[in-house]
Formats: sequence, C-alpha cells, structure tokens
Amino acid sequence: MARGKIKPKLPQSSDDPRVSVKLTVNGEEVTREVSVRMLLSDFLRHELGLTGTHVGCEHGICGACTIVMDGKAARSCLTFAVQASGREIRTIESLADPDGTLHPLQQAFQDCHGLQCGYCTPGMIMNILSHLESDAEIDLSDAGVREILAGNLCRCTGYQNIIAAVRRAADHMAPKAGQE
Amino acid sequence: MSTRLFGARIKRNIDPQLLRGEGSFIDDIPLAQALHVAFVRSPFARARINSIDISAAVAHPGVAAVYTCDNVGPLDIEMPLLIPHSSMHDARTQRPLARDDVYYVGQTVAMVVAVDRYTAEDAAALVDVDYDPRDVEIDLEKAILDDAPLVHDTHERNVAAHFVQVCGYPDSAIAQAEHVTKIRVQVDRSTAAPMECRAVAAQFDEVTGELTVWDGTQAPISVRGGLASIFKLDEDKVRVIAPNVGGGFGQKVLLFYPDELLVPMAAMQLGRPVKYIEDRRENFVGSSQERTQIHFMELYAKKTGEVIALRDSFLHDTGAFIPYGIAVAQVASTSIAGPYRIPNIWVEFKAIYTPTVPVTPYRGCGRPQACFAIERAMDQLADELGLDRFEIRRRNLIADHEFPYDREGLIFADGLKVSLDSGQYHKALAMMEERLDAPSFAAEQAKARAEGKHLGLGLAFYVEGTGLGPYEGGHVRIHPITGKVYVNTGLTSQGQGHDTVFAQIAADQLGVKPEDVILVEGDTKAFDWGVATFASRAAVVSGNAIHKSAMIVKRKALQAAANMLEADVGDVELKDGAAWIKGTDRKVPLSAVATATNPLRYAFNEAAQAATQFAPASRHDGPSLDEGEHPGLEATDYYSPPCATWAYGVHGALIEVDPELCSVTIRKYVCIHDCGNMINPMIVEGQVMGGIAQGLGGAMYERIEFDETGNMLNANFVDFLVPYATEIPDVEIHHLETPSPLNALGVKGVGEAGCIAVGAVVASGVEDALKALGGGTFRHTPITPSMIHAALDAA
Ligand code: FES
Ligand code: FES
Repeated sequence: MARGKIKPKLPQSSDDPRVSVKLTVNGEEVTREVSVRMLLSDFLRHELGLTGTHVGCEHGICGACTIVMDGKAARSCLTFAVQASGREIRTIESLADPDGTLHPLQQAFQDCHGLQCGYCTPGMIMNILSHLESDAEIDLSDAGVREILAGNLCRCTGYQNIIAAVRRAADHMAPKAGQE
Repeated sequence: MSTRLFGARIKRNIDPQLLRGEGSFIDDIPLAQALHVAFVRSPFARARINSIDISAAVAHPGVAAVYTCDNVGPLDIEMPLLIPHSSMHDARTQRPLARDDVYYVGQTVAMVVAVDRYTAEDAAALVDVDYDPRDVEIDLEKAILDDAPLVHDTHERNVAAHFVQVCGYPDSAIAQAEHVTKIRVQVDRSTAAPMECRAVAAQFDEVTGELTVWDGTQAPISVRGGLASIFKLDEDKVRVIAPNVGGGFGQKVLLFYPDELLVPMAAMQLGRPVKYIEDRRENFVGSSQERTQIHFMELYAKKTGEVIALRDSFLHDTGAFIPYGIAVAQVASTSIAGPYRIPNIWVEFKAIYTPTVPVTPYRGCGRPQACFAIERAMDQLADELGLDRFEIRRRNLIADHEFPYDREGLIFADGLKVSLDSGQYHKALAMMEERLDAPSFAAEQAKARAEGKHLGLGLAFYVEGTGLGPYEGGHVRIHPITGKVYVNTGLTSQGQGHDTVFAQIAADQLGVKPEDVILVEGDTKAFDWGVATFASRAAVVSGNAIHKSAMIVKRKALQAAANMLEADVGDVELKDGAAWIKGTDRKVPLSAVATATNPLRYAFNEAAQAATQFAPASRHDGPSLDEGEHPGLEATDYYSPPCATWAYGVHGALIEVDPELCSVTIRKYVCIHDCGNMINPMIVEGQVMGGIAQGLGGAMYERIEFDETGNMLNANFVDFLVPYATEIPDVEIHHLETPSPLNALGVKGVGEAGCIAVGAVVASGVEDALKALGGGTFRHTPITPSMIHAALDAA
C-alpha cells in the first residue's frame, strides 16, 4: 500500500446476529456483545485478551483450550460464548500471584521440566487443577495420573515429566497434617 | 559462580512466562483491526480447473478481498525450490494459489480475507470452482509403473529424482559373501502434528514502509530473504519474527507455504493487519508430511555374521511437489548402514511424485526409515545365521578405536562427507544388555508363555548425523546499565529451551547467573545472519558460535576490569556478575565495566559519570576509542562445522502382545544414548523422551490414510491417533557422553534422536513375542492391531 493511494473501503464487522453475554472470568464480571456463534475460546482470547488459553484442534480432542467452568474442566473450543453466560470461569491467568509468583502446580511443572513449547500447558494445568481442587479422592498411581491427563495431548514432552509434576503438586497442595 | 553451568540441570528461563499463560504465540499477538484469512482448497487429488467464480464470496458481508491466481500479481509463480540437487530434473514446486491444475486434496485455490475467520470460512464456501477430475494413483509401488496416471505430465513414471551413492567396492565384496539376507520394509506416512498449527500474521507500516511478519517458522531469516526478493523490498524493510512457537518438528522449516506469501501481500494491499491461523484440519491437508519409504535391502555377510556389503534400493514418496529437494531421502540413504562397519555400500533411491500433501522433513527426516531397514535386516540376518540379536550387532558395530569412521563416497544432506566422529557403540550395547537383563530374557519369555503371556524383546541401534552447517552466529553483549548479558542468534525455538542452554554457555564464560542471560532469537531485527532450526543443529552450531563470542567478550571484560582495578589481567576473574581481583574482595560490577568501556558525553548514573570525558579515568590525550577499537563489551562470532557430528544410541524394550486383542503393551522401555557433552541433561532427557513418544506414535498409531481417490480419511485428531499419556510408557534413559572432536564444546545434537529407533524396536519386540505362535515378520509400521491379527491369522 503506497501512501499516495486512496485507502480501500474495508468492512468493519460481519453480519452475524449478536447477543449479550455476561459471565464471571477470573473473579471479574464481564459483559460483551458478541456474535451468537463465537466460541468461548475466541471470546476469552480475543474479546477479553486472555490469550493464555490455547487452541490446538477446535474439535474437542487435544485439551489445549481447557478452562475451569463452575469448578469443572471444560473445553472452551466446544462451548459457545453465549453458553457461558451466567457461569463462572477460571483461566490459566488466574493462577499465579499478582507479583508473578507461580501457583504450586505451575511451579511443579517448571521443577519437573513438564513443558517444552508450552502450548499444551495451560490446558493441562487447568484440567489437573480441577482434579486437585475437587473433593473427590485422586488416584496418584501411575495409571491414575495418566487417566487424569487422558484428555490432553502433548506433542513435546512424552508426558513422563508432566506425571511427575502432578504428583509433586499434589504433594505440595495437600493440606499438611495439623493445618486443616 | 565458580561451578560450571555447562552440564547442570538448570531450570528453564522461559518457563514462568509460559506457565502464567503469558507466552506470545502468533495468535496471541494483538493486532488492531486485523483481518482474517480462510482458504478455498482443492477437493480433488488431481484435477484441471475450468473456472473459478468468486462473485458470491466478494459480495458476502464482512469480506475484504478474495484472491485467486489472477489477482496476486508477483505471487502467481511456482514457489522456490529450496535445495536444488542434480538428481532432480525440472523439480516441481507449488504455486501459492493454483493456476489451471490442482495436485492434491487440500491445495490452496483461492484466499478469502474477511473481518473474522467465521465470515472468511462462510465466504470461502461461496467460491465456486469448476473442476475436471483426473485419474490418480496413490500407491507408491503402482505410481512408478509405465501406465500409472501422472501427477506432472513432465515426469514419466512419476519419478522426481533418482540418485545412487556408492561407498567402497560393493560388487567385489558381494562376490565374496557367504550369506545374503534380503528384506522389504515399509514405513507409512505420518505428520508432525505440532500442538500449535502453523500461523502467519503481517502488518505493513505505511509511514516507515516496513513490513512486519510474525511467522511460526523455524527459518525466519530465510523467510525474510524470500519475501524481500519476491516482493522486491529492501531487506531492511522486512522484519520476520518467530515468537513463541508451539512445536515445529520440521514441519515449520519449509518455506514457503502459500500463506507465508499471501498474508503479507494482503496486509500490504489492504492496509490492515492480516492473520492466517491454520486450523487442525488444514494442518493435516495443507502442511507438509513425511515418512513413506519402501526399502529393498540386501545384506551380504560372512558365515560369522560380519556384513561386508549392503545394497539398498528404496522408493521415497515426495508427495505432489518437491520444494525441499531430496533432503529426506538423502539423509535416509547416507544413514543406511547405521552404526555398523559395513565398508561397501550401494544405495539408490527414487523420489516419487504422488498426488498427496508434499513431503518435507518431519523430526527424524529419513533416519527412522533407514534405521527401520537396517535394524530389521540385522535381526533377520541374526535369525538366519542362528545368532543372538545382540551378538550380530557386536560383530558389526564400529569399535571405539576406529573413529573417525568415514563412509567415503557418501555425501550427507549438508553436501559434506559422512564421517562418524566418535562413540562408544559397544559399551552402549553392553549397557542395554544389562538393563534389559537380556541373558535371562529367554527364561522369562518361556515362563510367561507357560502362563499364557507373550513377551518379546525389542532392540534397535541408531545413528544420527547432527549439527549440520552451513553456519550460525552468536552475538553477545553485556548491558551497561543492568550488567545483564544479551545473546542473539539466528535460530528459533519451538520448545527446545535455547534460552536456557545458550545462557549456560554464555554464563560460564562471563560469570553471571543463567537467569541474567537474555536470549533474543527468531527476530531478523535482533540478528539476521544464520540459517534455521533443523537437523538437531542448534546446540552444536549456535552453541559453539555463542561460546566463541562469549570468550571474546570475556577477554575484553577482563582487560577493561584490570585497567579499572589497576591489576594485572591475569589476576582478574569474572564471577557473580562482577570482575574480581582473585583471592581478594576487590571487585567492580560487570555493568560498571561495560559502562566504562563506552566513552560517554552524558552521565545517567554513577557508573556513567566515570565514563564521561572530564572524569579522571578518561583519556585526555587523543580519541576516546583507538582505531579499530569498539565501544562496550560486545562480540559477534560464527561457527561453521567441518561436517556433521554423529550422535547415536540404542533402544530396547520388553513388549507384551495379547494375541486375542492384538494389542501391544510396552512393559519396559530403555534408551541408552550419546549426544556428546550435555549442556543440560534435563533438557536432553526432555528432548529424548518427547522423541520417543513421537516414535511410539509412528510405531503403533499414527498413519495418514488416503482413499484411492487421494482423499485423506483421517484429517483430525479423532481418527489420526496422537498418543495420550495413557499410551506412552515410562522410559528409562541412560547417558553416555563421548565428546565430539569436531567442536570446542564437544557437543552433538539431540533433537531428533528419540524418535529414530522406536519403530524398529517395537517391530522386533512384537515379532519376538509372537514367534512361538508363528506370527511371522513385522516389517511395516505402524504396527496396528489389524496387522497383528492378519499375521496371526496367516500362522
Ligand atoms: S482446542 Fe479444544 S480440545 Fe483441542
Ligand atoms: S509442551 Fe509442547 S505440546 Fe506440550
């Protein structure tokens, strides 16, 4: 585009019908007008700018887009933004302290070298977190941890170090005797 | 900081940012008012295009532009042939947007640019293309027959390249053979499937005339070169940035994919940022794949099992185009004799066009296929001669004293000789024997069989030519204000932890903490000499370049500090971020040394005051910098390897096969590997483990399937089975460290190592497990339950 040329007239928006969505994300209430077919993953990433939630397949297999919705792990690529109206959502951005100090689960990933490219990591962490925080007993045997991870693909690590990170985090997050 | 960082398990610098969700992958970079791209792709494997009607798409609300080959100006071309080679004639490459013909399902035919991806996809569906489908042949062995339909009319029997290499005197050796073993092996097509698909975004700044392209590429400097030359732009006006990239595994080293040219073009024409974020289906049908090779190998041996000659002739599927030249086949052909002495080699390949997604390197790049061929052949030879599988290898492995072991006559993919530079192959094999407790395995196997279980031992050795040239550079500078060390190189990282291993190298020289070394790479504005990340070369080539630069900076810092401390340079050392007079507590911080070496007019802090022109320490007798002297503590140097350095390893497994379910369970998996001196064993193990997981995918699950019309049947993660944690076993990794004599750090590459041997290990283990049932041979990966079922059925 040369500066001396008349700028082309370009569209600003699509013709999609729009809908108002109101939800809580990382403890903050947000309201936006969005296309009825906007995916929750796109909503979080591009409407709210929370780009820590990644998209690896958009068909519910890789788990990269996992967030925690009302306390349960959910695929944001299989959810429309409008379906999340009224819900409470947590994303990877909510874990570390405001000063940047990592959450014990994040720290365990670093300590155990549980990430390489880091693309699958936020989804992994949100999925694991939903298990670690749930009231249900978690099975930390090798098979048990692998089962927890069975909805998240990682192409880099071969999982071994992620399994170690889950155990380490579970250890750190377990209420110490006498602290309950 | 006197302990050496090289060799330490240092945690990665990059992790906190990635863990907090603050990484910057391409689609994370906010670009105001960005437009989005969707492609119209061919639904036919081979067809003639009669017409393309874009009118409905253009009229669709929210559409900014629709492109076909008719309105892309300088991009209506065949894209560059990246690696020319005399074995190809008239090598064919793809056009960004098809003109007249399409050559595979998924080939880009038109591009829609719209306000969002949703709208762009809607409009792409409105582009009306009239095709005239042609006959196709997808089967590699049928594609070379006289009457096979042609992918390109220019290439008879679909042969894209034909190449023969010879080492030693195979004919006379063959005449002396006492035994010959013949084998056909096949490895099927797979794909890298990085978790982040490919992505490109571009922005054109009308004020500065600068084009910025964010590209998830492994080769930003080359991308810039191509963009500048195709668009006729000044190189300085094109900036290519590969930010955080979610895995590459070779798929992202190819340039150009159509979008890498078309997106920048659209950004320049439309005056708004433009983004193309590939989706998973597009990654399957539109981004490079690899692996299909069929080898016919013959080993000529003495009765003792000593192999004196090897003949191998193989077919290599290159897909519809051959933009990366013969690299994959050439790596396979030059790795064909593996770790064995085999002094006489005749190896031939034909690269074949098929109307499928183009083939370029995927992690391993021909090595897994070569390893599968030679290792399966070795097993068969052992079987025929009644030798144990460890024994046949012992009798043929190159001995320690024979290094460097040259394979005269073979030329590697870097155009240089094949010279296995160092190793302890026999020791590695012995370690494996011990780890698997191989001597007692037969008894264990018999016992298991008595209990109705079918156990097998799998074994394979591999070599890996790594650290290819031509060269890389390293720029090292100590920042005058913070004293932190800035390092640049021309590579990119897709998760390998460059920022940490390069920090360890620089920090060792400069006496700083590794977290105070800041690596900036993958940005042509930061450093623009170099090649790319591929062929397990980063640690070797950039690592040594950075090491050399850091040594120069160290020398400068010591000299300057000696002047400031009024000490002899030999008495000064760098540690804990400062220069010290050895054995005393007298020191000056590196930041102050860096400031003092930069003659100043204006002071901005205390250290700077000492560097201004009227300060007592400043020179008052002539220019502040002598002729040829440079300000600051900074250096740039380069490393260009004399030839590849060869890593190696041996993998072994205990495998159980359930003959009823035809399922394979890996009970134990052991990897012994040697990549020379390790910079960071934690990162090395991560690379190896990740490679093994990918190898297991290829060995048992991952196969790209085409129907006979050339449509991909499993272009998604539901049907193309990338292993989850539930499919990958624990792996035991053991290291040997035989330094490479070829470079100062003694390092070899490790990026691809893990995946190479896995297919051969699994095949040999499954075969061993089913031997008692007459399960026959396994010479084709991936080994699926149906293949096991068929083998048992035939028994
Ligand atoms: S992106 Fe949602 S599961 Fe893959
Ligand atoms: S760390 Fe790269 S995909 Fe998991």
